Amino acid sequence: MAATNLIGTAVVEVEHKLPLPFDESQESFELIAQGAESLLYRTTFSATGQPAALKVRPEKKWRHPTLDKRLTRARILAEARVLVKLSGEGIVASGSGNSGKRAKVKQPREGDHDVAGLKGFVPAVLALDWESGWMMTEWIEGRTVKKAVYDTKTDRNGDNTTEATEALKSLLACIGEVIGILHASGVIHGDLTTSNMMLRAQPSTPESIASPTSSLAGDIVLIDFGLSSQSVSEEDRAVDLYVLERAFGSTHPREEYLFPEVLKTYAESTRSGMHGKTGKLVLRKLEDVRMRGRKKSMLG
Amino acid sequence: MPIAIGLEGSANKLGVGIILHPPTRDLTPPSPHDSAYSDDERSSQPSKGTPRSPPVQILANLRHTFNSPPGTGFLPKDTAAHHRRWVVRLVKQAMAQAHVQLEDIDCICFTRGPGMGGPLSSVAIAARTLSQLWDKPLVGVNHCVGHVEMGRAITGAENPVVLYVSGGNTQVIAYSAQRYRIFGEALDVAVGNCLDRFARVLNIPNDPAPGYNIEQLAKKGGIMLELPYAVKGMDVSFSGILARVEEMAAKMQQAETKNEPWLDVATQQPITPAELCFTLQETVFAMLVEITERAMAHVGANQVLIVGGVGCNERLQEMMGIMASERGGSVFATDERFCIDNGIMIAHAGLLAYKQGFSTALSDSGVTQRFRTDEVLINWRD
Repeated sequence: MAATNLIGTAVVEVEHKLPLPFDESQESFELIAQGAESLLYRTTFSATGQPAALKVRPEKKWRHPTLDKRLTRARILAEARVLVKLSGEGIVASGSGNSGKRAKVKQPREGDHDVAGLKGFVPAVLALDWESGWMMTEWIEGRTVKKAVYDTKTDRNGDNTTEATEALKSLLACIGEVIGILHASGVIHGDLTTSNMMLRAQPSTPESIASPTSSLAGDIVLIDFGLSSQSVSEEDRAVDLYVLERAFGSTHPREEYLFPEVLKTYAESTRSGMHGKTGKLVLRKLEDVRMRGRKKSMLG
Repeated sequence: MPIAIGLEGSANKLGVGIILHPPTRDLTPPSPHDSAYSDDERSSQPSKGTPRSPPVQILANLRHTFNSPPGTGFLPKDTAAHHRRWVVRLVKQAMAQAHVQLEDIDCICFTRGPGMGGPLSSVAIAARTLSQLWDKPLVGVNHCVGHVEMGRAITGAENPVVLYVSGGNTQVIAYSAQRYRIFGEALDVAVGNCLDRFARVLNIPNDPAPGYNIEQLAKKGGIMLELPYAVKGMDVSFSGILARVEEMAAKMQQAETKNEPWLDVATQQPITPAELCFTLQETVFAMLVEITERAMAHVGANQVLIVGGVGCNERLQEMMGIMASERGGSVFATDERFCIDNGIMIAHAGLLAYKQGFSTALSDSGVTQRFRTDEVLINWRD
């Protein structure tokens, strides 16, 4: 195994063998996160030398091999399709030649307004190989929104200052806009949390954040589309928002009162793809979803 | 010493159990020099569970199952009649077996729900009658909580993620802040119901249990056919899978009558009921293990406890074991005495609540077909 210095947040120290072609690669692989489904490494894309995120879906030994292959393939492709559709980028290269499985993902149509709006808001797909079970995407430099919100809290003593509150508000407004564009593109994220949003370190579009002096400046990048699906139904969109609302409340109880900012911009900002009637219908649906007396409490 | 009798009849099993909770000792271990601490106080059974709570004693655990002929399911009316016919005999037998007197019993526990209305109410009537006759308090118990608590008591698993799989329920449960919270569940039919109904299609006997007979058939199979796979986050759905595998069974039976067996494309082997059972089991169990793994990753647990009738399945236990060991954890399961619906689990969960001061007034002792696991305040856990 070529990987050296596996530093990770892994709870269980199980040795993971990297899939082909990385098992003999000279690049370094740093284990960033381990979920139920996949392992995330930070590495370098050998074709261009740029930093990259490698998401590996290891074989599940408890599952029948035929079923396991089928699911891994379907999930890697589904995730890549959504990312490619959203980022408006083609695949730069497919996985190592040994399997010869070229990823066939259609380029989005020119002039597709909604899709173009999300360029840079999701990581670009660099390469994938469903046979070996991995996908490589652009590495997003920066920190998670979760960390950014936590950091504002520790910056000040006790309550957030007016300045910090304003910065948080514009951050939340940004999140509302990005989700609006995402939904308008016909994609449901499926697992919106502040850990699945990054703040890109260098702002590439200056107008994206209201206050560039704030520590919360930067572009919002949505990551981890492992549970995403394609849908335009109000119900699915409302549930997507509801998942975020719940996750935000439990992760950031102090800032919870600011969350309506997300919903406000989602439905009202002209930069959000959902402004106007559709957005209002989704918010009305969200009230139903809340009122449904949520049969489950997903509290960790 | 607290003793409870439990009556269960939410589905086609009538169960009567009598349990004894040895008195809880002080949390501080007694000094060996303390003369007040006598060996006689220890329970006769060797301590297997957590050192702090002495193991429960099962004084009686009887069950009588209503089985309908192959190709049919159990109907609420017939099942309720079965329970009415057997409940007095079972209670008498349990009391005799347990060697307890009426005055030893602290409370009468019964299943309030969830389950089938008819069978539930016939057993509830028996419980109310006993409560009036013997002048003992009633304790209404949530069936799912009964399964979870009995599984914990038997296996000694302290804080596991629980997969509760039976003919009526499919839930992934974890404990948090005095509730058993449902992290994932079946959105339509329960996994056991899916298996039972498929057994009917193939005319597999319901005795001892349809799922058991499917498991035995599946051991002879080995061809993995393609079925839908429906995991949505931490939820699962089985109705589409059932519809598809029923279509396959129809295709197989049709091919049989024409004497042109349906051959598997890859292996050129004929598709038999064993292959269909194998495919169905592998698919639905993979879904169950997957959502359990997600819940474990979510709450950061590495213990799994499987309860409910489908939990007896050795293939499910095996798959869960591999998953748990990959995560550096372990799997806990019980045998058919405690996995399949039984009275002792109702007695156990009821007694836990009773010791916290809970009881059900006669006027509130109605049964309910819908009773969520997370509605119950689990005030006996920290």
